[in-house]
Amino acid sequence: MSRAAGGCAARLHLDKDSRMPTVAPLDLDGYCLFAGFLGETPVFALADGTVHRLDNGHQSDQVHDGLTCAVVSLDEKALITGGEDGLIKRTDGAGASEEIGSVGRKWVTTLAAGPQGAVAWAAGKQAFVRLADGTVKDFTEERSVEGLAFAPKGLRLATARYNGGTLFWVMTAGKPIDLEWKGAHTAVMYSPDGKFLVTTMQENALHGWRLDDMKHMRMSGYPAKVKSWSWSAKGKWLATSGAPAAIVWPFQGKDGPMGKAPLELGTRGDQMVTAVACHPEEDIVAIGYSDGMVMAVRFADSKEVLLRRGGKGPISSMAWDREGYRVVFGSEEGDCGVIDIRG
Amino acid sequence: MSEQSIPVTVLTGYLGSGKTTLLNRILTEDHGKRYAVIVNEFGEIGIDNDLIVESDEEIYEMNNGCVCCTVRGDLVRVVEGLMRRPGRFDAIVVETTGLADPAPVAQTFFMDDDVRQKTRLDAVVALVDAKHLPLRLKDSREAEDQIAFADVVLLNKTDLVSEEELHDLEHTIRAINPHARIHRTERSNVALRDILDRGAFDLQRALANDPHFLDHDDPDHVCGPACDHDHEHGHHHHGHDHHHHGHDHHHDHGDGIHGTTIQSVSLRGGEVDPKKFMPWIQKITQLDGPNILRLKGIIAFPDDPQRYVVQGVHMIIEGDHERDWKQDEKRESRIVFIGRELDREKLERTFAACAA
Repeated sequence: MSRAAGGCAARLHLDKDSRMPTVAPLDLDGYCLFAGFLGETPVFALADGTVHRLDNGHQSDQVHDGLTCAVVSLDEKALITGGEDGLIKRTDGAGASEEIGSVGRKWVTTLAAGPQGAVAWAAGKQAFVRLADGTVKDFTEERSVEGLAFAPKGLRLATARYNGGTLFWVMTAGKPIDLEWKGAHTAVMYSPDGKFLVTTMQENALHGWRLDDMKHMRMSGYPAKVKSWSWSAKGKWLATSGAPAAIVWPFQGKDGPMGKAPLELGTRGDQMVTAVACHPEEDIVAIGYSDGMVMAVRFADSKEVLLRRGGKGPISSMAWDREGYRVVFGSEEGDCGVIDIRG
Repeated sequence: MSEQSIPVTVLTGYLGSGKTTLLNRILTEDHGKRYAVIVNEFGEIGIDNDLIVESDEEIYEMNNGCVCCTVRGDLVRVVEGLMRRPGRFDAIVVETTGLADPAPVAQTFFMDDDVRQKTRLDAVVALVDAKHLPLRLKDSREAEDQIAFADVVLLNKTDLVSEEELHDLEHTIRAINPHARIHRTERSNVALRDILDRGAFDLQRALANDPHFLDHDDPDHVCGPACDHDHEHGHHHHGHDHHHHGHDHHHDHGDGIHGTTIQSVSLRGGEVDPKKFMPWIQKITQLDGPNILRLKGIIAFPDDPQRYVVQGVHMIIEGDHERDWKQDEKRESRIVFIGRELDREKLERTFAACAA
C-alpha cells in the first residue's frame, strides 16, 4: 500500500509542546455507521440511509431507505453502501449515486471493496462480486455469509460464516478453499500482505489463519465482541476494540501473534473501546470509546494524546485521512466530526 | 442514553397453524403500537409500509462446549440493525419456521450481550392447529418442544374439531406444559393483549402476573375468555379448584396415547437454605441443562422478607428478589422443570436436601 510521503510523525504532536488538536463537529441525527474520507472529503453514512459530506459545507443525500453497511472503494473515489432496501449503491465524491446491485427484499448483510474496482456484497447465504465492467458473479455458502473481504491482490474473496470461512477465486474456476474453525465467524479481514486471514467471532474472540500452512491463531480474552479493527502501517500490528483498552496484536514475525501478548493501549477503567483506526504511516492508533472520547496512542511508549473529550454516544466508526493529519469519527448518537491534529 | 429496552415476542407454530393470520392482525389492528416483524419468508405478511425483515434462520452453537448454548445468529445481526433506528417501532415480533426449536431464539436474548442490552424477550407464543396437533406430536419432536417452551399456547382452528376433541387436546397440551396459558381460537382471533407485552421472562412480572403459579397443574385448567391472570383477583372465575393438591409433587408425565416425551416435574417444599439451593440449581442446570427446556420457581429463604424468583432456559438461569412475602402468604418454595428425561426422584431428593 503506497501512501503519500512520510514525515507525519513529527507532526503528530504527542510530546509536551503539542498544540491542542481541533475538533470540527458535525451534529447529525441518527446512528453513524461509517465515517471515512473520499479523497480529501470527510464522508459519513448513517443508518437512516443518508450520506453526508463535508465538501465546501455540509452536503447530504438520501441514498437508501435504511443503510446496513458501507465501505470506501480502494481508490477512495466512491462510497459503496448496502441497504435495508436490498440495494447496493455507489456514491461519488460529488454526491452522485448509482445503483450497482440488488438482492431483492433482503437486507444487504455486508460489503467489501476490492482491487480493480471490484465490489462484493452478501445477503443470506449468497455472496456476489461485481467487477469494474459490471459483470456480477455469485458464490453460495451453506450457511449465511456474515463477513466478506478481498485479498489485497489477485481478486480473491474470503467469506466469514458459521464454522469458518471460504476463499473463492473470483475469476477462475479454482476450487474454493474451506477454512475451518468451530463457531460463528462474523467478519473477516486479510492482513495487508495477504499472509494472514483474521475473523471476528460471536464469542468475544478473534480467530486467524496463516494462509501458507493454515496454522490457527486464537486471539481471545476480550470482555466484549470485537467490532472494530485496523491494521497499522505495513500490517505490523492489528488494533482491535472489545476491551477497556485497544488490544493490539503483533504481526511482525512470520508466526503472527502466536505465543505473544498484545499491547494494551489507552486503558480506561470505566469505558470500553468501541472503535480503532491506525495511522497510515506511524505506529499510532486513534481510539474511540463508549463515552465518545477519542485518543491517539503511540505503540512504542503508550503515550496518549486526547483528541476529543467525549460526546453523546459511543464512537461507532473512525478513519484517518491519507496524510495522517485528520481523523474523521462518527457516533451511535450522530455526533460526528473531524479532528485535525495539526491544531 | 440507553433507550427503553424493546420487547420481543416469539411466535412459533407449524405451517398452517395460523401464524400469518396472527401476524397480519398484529400489523393491522388498531392498538397504537408499531411492530417490526422478523420472518423467515415474506409470504403474505403485511403491506408495503410495514417494517418486515426477511432473515434466514441461523442456529449458531456457542463455542463453549455446551451443545444447548445456541443462538440465532441472524437475529443478532438483524436486531442490531433494527436497534440502530429505534424510533421506527415499539416492539419486535419474531416468527420462526414451522420446524423451529424455540430455544435458540429465546437464548439469543439472554446470551448475546448487545441484543440483551437493547431488547428483552417478552414471551414465546405457540400456535397449534387443533385439527392436526395429534399427528404433529406423533411425527415430530419440534411440535412438542414448541408447546413445552411456550408461555402462551393458542389452540387455533377450534372450529374444525369437536368439543370433546378440544378437551383432549387441552389435556395433552397441559401434560406437556402445565403452566402455559391456553387460549382457544378460531382464525387466530385472540385478544392481542393476551399475547403481547406479557412480561413472561421478566422476573418481576412473570410470576407476579401468575398468582396461580403451580396451581395450573390441573389438566383441565384452560384460560377461557373470563380467565384473566393479570389481575390478582381474590375470587376465581373458574369452576374448578386451584388448590386441590394435597401432595407435594405432581406427576405430569406425558401420556403415552399422544406419544409425548416431555414431562414436567413440580417440586414444593418449605423454606430452603440459599447456601444449599444456589449450588443445587447451578449444578442441576449444568448437568441436565440440555434436557431442561424451561424452569420457573418461587423460593422462600429463611429470614428473607422477599420472594426469590428463578427462571431458566436450558443452562441459562436467572434469579432475583421479586417482592415482599405477604402477611397471609405461605412461605413455601415451589419450582417446576419442563423437559425430557428428567430424573424426578433425583430432583425431588436433591431439592428436599436444600431445606433450611
